[in-house]
Amino acid sequence: MGLLSDPVRRRALARLVLRLNAPLWVLPVAWLERTMRSVGLEVYTQSFSRKLPFPDETHERYMVSGTNVYGILRAPRAASTESLVLTVPCGSDSTNSQAVGLLLALAAHFRGQIYWAKDIVFLVTEHDLLGTEAWLEAYHDVNVTGMQSSPLQGRAGAIQAAVALELSSDVVTSLDVAVEGLNGQLPNLDLLNLFQTFCQKGGLLCTLQGKLQPQDWTSLDGPLQGLQTLLLMVLRQASGRPHGSHGLFLRYRVEALTLRGINSFRQYKYDLVAVGKALEGMFRKLNHLLERLHQSFFLYLLPGLSRFVSIGLYMPAVGFLLLVLGLKALELWMQLHEAGMGLEEPRGAPGPSVPLPPSQGVGLASLVAPLLISQAMGLALYVLPVLGQHVATQHFPVAEAEAVVLTLLAIYAAGLALPHNTHRVISTQAPDRGWMALKLVALIYLALQLGCIALTNFSLGFLLATTMVPAAVLAKPHGPRTVYAALLVLTSPAATLLGSLFLWRELQEAPLSLAEGWQLFLAALAQGVLEHHTYGALLFPLLSLGLYPCWLLFWNVLFWK
Amino acid sequence: MAAAMPLALLVLLLLGPGGWCLAEPPRDSLREELVITPLPSGDVAATFQFRTRWDSELQRKGDTDHYFLRYAVLPREVVCTENLTPWKKLLPCSSKAGLSVLLKADRLFHTSYHSQAVHIRPVCRNARCTSISWELRQTLSVVFDAFITGQGKKDWSLFRMFSRTLTEPCPLASESRVYVDITTYNQDNETLEVHPPPTTTYQDVILGARKTYAIYDLLDTAMINNSRNLNIQLKWKRPPENEAPPVPFLHAQRYVSGYGLQKGELSTLLYNTHPYRAFPVLLLDTVPWYLRLYVHTLTITSKGKENKPSYIHYQPAQDRLQPHLLEMLIQLPANSVTKVSIQFERALLKWTEYTPDPNHGFYVSPSVLSALVPSMVAAKPVDWEESPLFNSLFPVSDGSNYFVRLYTEPLLVNLPTPDFSMPYNVICLTCTVVAVCYGSFYNLLTRTFHIEEPRTGGLAKRLANLIRRARGVPPL
Repeated sequence: MGLLSDPVRRRALARLVLRLNAPLWVLPVAWLERTMRSVGLEVYTQSFSRKLPFPDETHERYMVSGTNVYGILRAPRAASTESLVLTVPCGSDSTNSQAVGLLLALAAHFRGQIYWAKDIVFLVTEHDLLGTEAWLEAYHDVNVTGMQSSPLQGRAGAIQAAVALELSSDVVTSLDVAVEGLNGQLPNLDLLNLFQTFCQKGGLLCTLQGKLQPQDWTSLDGPLQGLQTLLLMVLRQASGRPHGSHGLFLRYRVEALTLRGINSFRQYKYDLVAVGKALEGMFRKLNHLLERLHQSFFLYLLPGLSRFVSIGLYMPAVGFLLLVLGLKALELWMQLHEAGMGLEEPRGAPGPSVPLPPSQGVGLASLVAPLLISQAMGLALYVLPVLGQHVATQHFPVAEAEAVVLTLLAIYAAGLALPHNTHRVISTQAPDRGWMALKLVALIYLALQLGCIALTNFSLGFLLATTMVPAAVLAKPHGPRTVYAALLVLTSPAATLLGSLFLWRELQEAPLSLAEGWQLFLAALAQGVLEHHTYGALLFPLLSLGLYPCWLLFWNVLFWK
Repeated sequence: MAAAMPLALLVLLLLGPGGWCLAEPPRDSLREELVITPLPSGDVAATFQFRTRWDSELQRKGDTDHYFLRYAVLPREVVCTENLTPWKKLLPCSSKAGLSVLLKADRLFHTSYHSQAVHIRPVCRNARCTSISWELRQTLSVVFDAFITGQGKKDWSLFRMFSRTLTEPCPLASESRVYVDITTYNQDNETLEVHPPPTTTYQDVILGARKTYAIYDLLDTAMINNSRNLNIQLKWKRPPENEAPPVPFLHAQRYVSGYGLQKGELSTLLYNTHPYRAFPVLLLDTVPWYLRLYVHTLTITSKGKENKPSYIHYQPAQDRLQPHLLEMLIQLPANSVTKVSIQFERALLKWTEYTPDPNHGFYVSPSVLSALVPSMVAAKPVDWEESPLFNSLFPVSDGSNYFVRLYTEPLLVNLPTPDFSMPYNVICLTCTVVAVCYGSFYNLLTRTFHIEEPRTGGLAKRLANLIRRARGVPPL
């Protein structure tokens, strides 16, 4: 590990860092190109542009155009079939100049070694994740999100693994690792283990979700802290957004994670040599890989860096939650059947030749209307905010981003007024059977959706199941309606989002006031819509097209007349 | 950049000597050559060539029979020391004398590029081609990396490259020469100098550009006797700037696009950087059968327009028997990028057909590009026997263009792979065991057994039974 051991290289790094310390409003493309070429890499650039569906107020961008610079270190005597990626996302708000300096120093060091068996791509992207998305789409020659970008001139085969590096401050006292990717995808656990090994080897202070690793698992504090970390991971994974540019690599089956150097104001701090050594070690290990990382788990939850909860342990929990829905549906089915028995002329013993399904007995027509209306409501929620932003800005004194969020909320709230509209449409022959049939359909619909979500993104599925299932099971037009209504509203997807935000900040030990929480909620809504359009995150369409209409059905059941 | 990569390539060619049929009767002799080319990036390329010919009694009859023409590639094999040792043993002087002294494995594999080849072909001994001799030509090319070996310095010597110097020619050799490319890149003055000063120089058009070579003849006794060894040194008068290297007229790039394990697309980008001349390229693609090509998706576009190939030969794959073969003649417009893409579906293999490392991916062999690239400088046709061996690496047919064969990079494609882990194997094993046990037990348990009486006294018994039935007594 001779990285930066000689003073010449260290001075060079210091010079680079000083040069880069000026705010990086625009990526110094020509300078980066020259520097990478002088280090001995094959350098290419890629320009891209993207018009966001509406202005992004948190990152202050709308018409984005930028340039990615990447240099390829060709493995000697190999045929460029495999590669590893070290990427540093740069943006106007997150100056990552320390990381760029470290990347160049690592490139210079790696270039002098002859043991590389895989090409190494050193990628500096502009506009952080947007640049990464543009580069990845161009590398794989696909267009998922409508990004306009120039084709790549140089490629390096199939990417086996990627590491994203973010150093947010000059002083690094701990390294935080982020694994949650787009739509809750996770990298192979072995990549995390690799990082953890080098953390221990280099004596680095490594954190997960910004939490220190509990030392003592026998006392009560350790598991409690583990639980906090676990909950933070569940919330992050459920959000479905990429937490770092590594998240976008996972779609292309490239195992990736993000390392963040954090100044957490502790006593001891690390110079970049320690971080560089850990990175060098990781790359050398990945370089030796014969196959892609596949031996370890892809589905896990992390209470600590050295512990994980495997899918076999956590899946039954969701299974039992969904069983509640199934049992309730079965009960309704039997009640409907008995009610049908009671109404119809008494028949022989109910054997296997049970009459038609109750929904048909009730008449499909009574179910079609609420189903269609709630689905249409979901569709409106999905389409209208972005489509109607210009109309809204013309008629109201709001900006586009505000218009989108407010339209979103307005349509969401308008959905609650639905029962008063639908009950006129429905034939009122058998009111009791009507709501039972509707609830039966809604329960099965909810169970199916939650089952599918839990399989792909466990955290999201679990979070939604724990909130939605009790209210959904309890909802009926008799009894204390106001209590049920309050419960239903509190467990609606939007309320879950709001609650999750408060919980998240609480767990991070930065509690929110109500006003701040509301602001954060509005920002999260806008971000959710934007991420769907820019990266293809699925949370927004899932909630608006799937769970919101389903939830409306229960609302409908509650106010059945 | 898709130069030819080190790759064990097995081409069995029974083609005739073609246009350059010889008049001079070939001898059983060795010609050896080392060409050193300093590249503008500071790296140095060294190419060894050894040629031996011997007479044979084998008679050639008729033309090449295409039935015997085979083409095969092992894309996952990378050349290593194992390949160098037997290769060296084919040389008449092994690595004892002559240029082959320089072939030291630890230096040759400390380079950024390595490629070695063995060519064998029949050569006509007379104009009517009634008798032939065989030619064995061995080539080895390496590119020494200025960054790795030079520590930033860009001056070179034989000793620094190979940690050996030349001491004596191979006694069997009829010709043993070292050529050093001293072409001036800038017009104003010389950029590099060689030491010792060469006795003669040689000028020719190589790859469409005029080149000057300094010649060191090992058979010239004065050359070595002066200092008992020859250590050629290269010094840059003005070190070259770190600029992008000049782009060749024809280069290509190949990649797999798309994501997921169901479908994908093979794309080949062909670059023609010639400012005003278009030229045709013959593209040969062999794709393994487990990538099921959709031929109707074959698209060739250059400059945003569809480019119709003038010739297409396609031989579909047969599962487990033969790969897809796709051959096309494509005209590349001047200064353009042509994209050839074809979609495929990844097949699911039988579980025994996966390699021991299925998650590594499966290799797709490189496509082969053969082209007559127009040259900037008109070359005059030369006598092949008289000119240096390296001239025939890029044969010139009519002076205005030269022949180039390029191999693109091989590809690594992931196929849908079952989880070959311990649980998977346990499940497979237990399922087999249970199926076998269950089957036989079920068979045993559900079968009803009847004890069949041996038939004795067929006719008498039947008669007796008839009588007994008539009497109303149960039969025997």
